[in-house]
Amino acid sequence: MTSIPVPVEAPPAPPAPARRVRRRRPERKGWLFVAPFLVVFALVFLAPIAYAVWLSLFREQVFFGGTEFVGLDNYAAVLGDAKFWESFLRVLVFLVVQVPVMLLLALVAALAIDSARLHASGFFRVVIFLPYAVPGVVAALMWGFIYGDNFGLAADLNDLLGRQAVAPLSADWILPSIGNVVTWEFVGYNMLIFYSALKVVPGDLYEAAAIDGAGTMRTILSVKLPAIRGAVVIATIFSIIGSFQLFNEPNILRTLAPNVISTFYTPNMYAYNLSFAGQQYDYSATVAIVMGVITAIIAYVVQLRGSRKGV
Amino acid sequence: MSPTKHRARAAVTVAGLLVAALAACSPGSDNATPGGATGTPDAVDAALKAGGELTYWSWTPSAKAQVEAFQREFPNVKVNYVNAGTNNDHYTKLQNAVKAGSGAPDVAQVEYQALPQFALTGALVDLGQYGFNDFEKDYTKSTWGSVKVAGGLYGLPQDSGPMALFYNKQVFDQHGIAVPKTWDEYVAAAEKLHAADPTKYITSDTGDAGFTTSMIWQAGGKPFTTDGKSVRIDLQDAGTRKFTAMWSPLVEKKLLSSIKGWSDEWYKALGDGTISTLLAGAWMPGVLESSVPGGAGKWAVAPLPTYDGKPVTAENGGGGQSVLKQSANPALAAGFVRWLNHDNGVKPFLESGGFPATTADLDSAAFKDKASAYFGGQQVNQVLTASAGQVAAGWSYLPYQLYANSIFGDTVGKSYLNSSHLDPGLTDWQKSLADYGSQQGFTVTTS
Repeated sequence: MTSIPVPVEAPPAPPAPARRVRRRRPERKGWLFVAPFLVVFALVFLAPIAYAVWLSLFREQVFFGGTEFVGLDNYAAVLGDAKFWESFLRVLVFLVVQVPVMLLLALVAALAIDSARLHASGFFRVVIFLPYAVPGVVAALMWGFIYGDNFGLAADLNDLLGRQAVAPLSADWILPSIGNVVTWEFVGYNMLIFYSALKVVPGDLYEAAAIDGAGTMRTILSVKLPAIRGAVVIATIFSIIGSFQLFNEPNILRTLAPNVISTFYTPNMYAYNLSFAGQQYDYSATVAIVMGVITAIIAYVVQLRGSRKGV
Repeated sequence: MSPTKHRARAAVTVAGLLVAALAACSPGSDNATPGGATGTPDAVDAALKAGGELTYWSWTPSAKAQVEAFQREFPNVKVNYVNAGTNNDHYTKLQNAVKAGSGAPDVAQVEYQALPQFALTGALVDLGQYGFNDFEKDYTKSTWGSVKVAGGLYGLPQDSGPMALFYNKQVFDQHGIAVPKTWDEYVAAAEKLHAADPTKYITSDTGDAGFTTSMIWQAGGKPFTTDGKSVRIDLQDAGTRKFTAMWSPLVEKKLLSSIKGWSDEWYKALGDGTISTLLAGAWMPGVLESSVPGGAGKWAVAPLPTYDGKPVTAENGGGGQSVLKQSANPALAAGFVRWLNHDNGVKPFLESGGFPATTADLDSAAFKDKASAYFGGQQVNQVLTASAGQVAAGWSYLPYQLYANSIFGDTVGKSYLNSSHLDPGLTDWQKSLADYGSQQGFTVTTS
């Protein structure tokens, strides 16, 4: 979602027209070599984005076939749309709570496996990573059955306790419930990023720390964590983008709790339902673009802050 | 949280839209094709004789058997039967194909509630040009009224769903509850049953647009009126309020089970007596027989309760088959629809347990007097065919009913969530529907 780099920079202005002819020839050949990439790039990346931007400038009325150019009206409407901001705030809360929990768990798991004190660390690595290999749709369905409060694990638990102790699909619980599914799915993925970063920390750093008398905690705080700062920033940015694009989990749990999860529960669900239920393709494109821009800005800010500290 | 999936979907749509844009530029679309807008009754017979290839989208249980029977009768017509998904999945795909300008089937199943949406957006062929208007006398009034939109005939009715009361006789007998004839008796039965056995509920309802609109229909409400361009929405008219005044107390006192309809738990609850009645269309016996084996011998059918004891009911679900404008051979497609829902296709439909829309079949003694083993030998069609003639007149759906249903949970769903009166939820729904209608260029008036 970040800005697209221009693949080939414009040539610097040549000093004399006589030389221009000679200098241009090799450049043309260069274009020939990058052409296959550029064509595919333009077709699958630039064209859809340009088309979405183009769509967002119109308002089509599907029932009477009228399409009118409305300029930036759709953007003004999105910025003043309470439903959009409600969904945005929801994923923001989700982001602020779920991402730190998930990354912390992933970090602890990575440090534990890397500590070389764990028996069968390879087994734990695979098991923690396994949920990531389960397709998100299947994961959400599976958790849906676990959460079911008429039959399902939640119902059994309530029966056992003799009262309505847990209600994962109720209005108060649903966001943490979704957070739980997402955490379960992505802890392993983030653990793998941290673990591979830990693997490339040079061994002599540990030796030096040991000679200096550093204990385990000291080594983690002063050697390991600073060494994997880059990986943490990357994982954070991926998680931010993932949170803002939250879609699969709420959309599938919606079939179980349609009154709790609205059609505009997350910005992506809002865009999806606008186009596929309401046939408001133009407005839907606008929502997607606005959300993309906001995501890009926040991800960029995090990246800036993350790398500044690292220097 | 797989962004790629979502993007892929968006990319497909974008690709589809590009195709649409290109198709719009090419000359000679739609009506210019031979046999298009200039069809005649003879063209249908000629097309069936000449043969060809058709694609048919449907999720009805009888579709496969019907297609096989059709191909036996017309070996020179090849029908590609596709189950493109159930309900909303089907409509989303159909809508995308219509929007893309290509990829739609020749013939599609379209329910009565969805028909105005597709008819008014110009996706369907007016079958009147093939002389199908002459078939009016062969169908029940309510189903025929449902396929006529703004003066055009946009499909032939296949099934109908006059509502009736399905009840678990075993549970009723056990608790000494009489079969309710009026809604007051029904509400009293709900209280008595739940008090006697707190695990049992009179029925389940977590907010279902199809059910609510049908119940408003039965109460004499006419919340949606339209002539195509202008729409009037009044979800607080006398009939609607009659329904909410009766039904809201059940919601408020939590006398309705919160098990969601059509879920696995729902089927289970229908079998073990947790849900003891169903207010549903005449297609329900087929569902019970095929999906609730545990209920065999327990269930029975009675007329739908009424407000004043005078018999009246409403349609719930049901639909027909329509010909898409994208069809390259609309005359042949019309021939297939005629065969399906008017000629020999009705027989395999009945054999698969369908409830027809054709009066001749509804009135036939063989159909009416059939004793159902599942219903303990009761002649259920006696009750159901009688309801088919008692459907309240003058109902119409919104021209954008599918969208309306999609936001039902956002608005009326909140009333169910908070166990509160349905009126504020319905008022919210009305507001959202009016906003959407205005955005789409309808002239919307509200109460």
